[in-house]
Amino acid sequence: MMTASIAGDEGAYRRLLEDIGRSVRAMARGAFARAGVGDADVEDAVQETLLAIHLKRHTWDPEQPLAPWVYAIARHKVVDALRRRGRRKVEPLENFEEFLAAPEAEDPHALSDARKLLETLAPRQRDIVTSISLDGQSISATAKRLSMSEVAVRVALHRALKSLGAAWRRSVE
Amino acid sequence: MRTSEFIAALAADPIPEPIRLGRRVAAALIIGFIGSLAIYGLLMGPRPDIAAACRTMGFWLKFVDSFAFALPSLLLTLRLARPDAKPRALALWLIAPFVLLAAGVVAELLVVPQGEWLTRLIGHNSMFCMRMIPLLAAPILAALIIALRAGAPLHPGLTGALAGAASAGIAALLYSSHCPDDSPLFVATWYPLATLICMGVGALAGRRFLAW
Repeated sequence: MMTASIAGDEGAYRRLLEDIGRSVRAMARGAFARAGVGDADVEDAVQETLLAIHLKRHTWDPEQPLAPWVYAIARHKVVDALRRRGRRKVEPLENFEEFLAAPEAEDPHALSDARKLLETLAPRQRDIVTSISLDGQSISATAKRLSMSEVAVRVALHRALKSLGAAWRRSVE
Repeated sequence: MRTSEFIAALAADPIPEPIRLGRRVAAALIIGFIGSLAIYGLLMGPRPDIAAACRTMGFWLKFVDSFAFALPSLLLTLRLARPDAKPRALALWLIAPFVLLAAGVVAELLVVPQGEWLTRLIGHNSMFCMRMIPLLAAPILAALIIALRAGAPLHPGLTGALAGAASAGIAALLYSSHCPDDSPLFVATWYPLATLICMGVGALAGRRFLAW
């Protein structure tokens, strides 16, 4: 499925990210519970992992299984999220396979800090991300509304996601 | 923001041209090497007695040993640039250049009288060597770090240090054709010190630029 996604099948990619999101959520909840921190920031860890997977998807070797790659990124990002909560020592997380078997649905009331981080983006970039994510508009509708070309919207979206990743990283340090 | 909404933004952003990490690193290597070659040409050049030196074991040991160090360092760097990397047996290959060098040192100690050991170890221009290897390594290391930014290393510091090691190995390959000191005693003392400098710089650069 990842292969189809890399080839540009948007629907398949979205379903894949949703599946991964559910497994990462289960893993993050487990890790947060064991570290004794509330699960208020679980959605942050999930979204940060998904963003990292998205921005670094070319580091997956199609000849290797996908799960260990996803798990390595998820573990890295969940540990980051726990550090941000002031946990210096983070226990090793157990096998990702378990979480693949027991995915967790998103809590509809859980909101992430991504919104706060969006404030750090340039206004035009923020507008585009909000339009596509919160308002659920397509690229072409967004392009029409902002009277930009679709390519320009895609480029701005890609830049915005990259700066979002950088903003997240800075918040760890 | 809800995760499902966030996913919508990610799914709408396909990368048009897939990034190939291996190719990037290879390109960086070529560009960096050209830079090093330019520095070599400007400041060093081959030693005048290179034809005679080619017939000695000590000269070739430097060459082969630098290569035996550079190659596994480089492959390991590339592997560590992926998050699901397993270094495995590749890391063991890093032992090979040290074994080779140790064998050279033992042979030297057997052949050369004890009184000459220290003279050979200190050599002619150790400080020049300590400066020139890092200088030759710098363009390669910089290019490698830029290329590796497309990667996702779980240990950015270690990955950077290995990139430093690889660049030092390649720099030593060039430098060894200039350096008049062929004694394994000299090589075993100063080359690793110069490599450590490159690895330290690489580790710092890695932590700074390769974290994601």
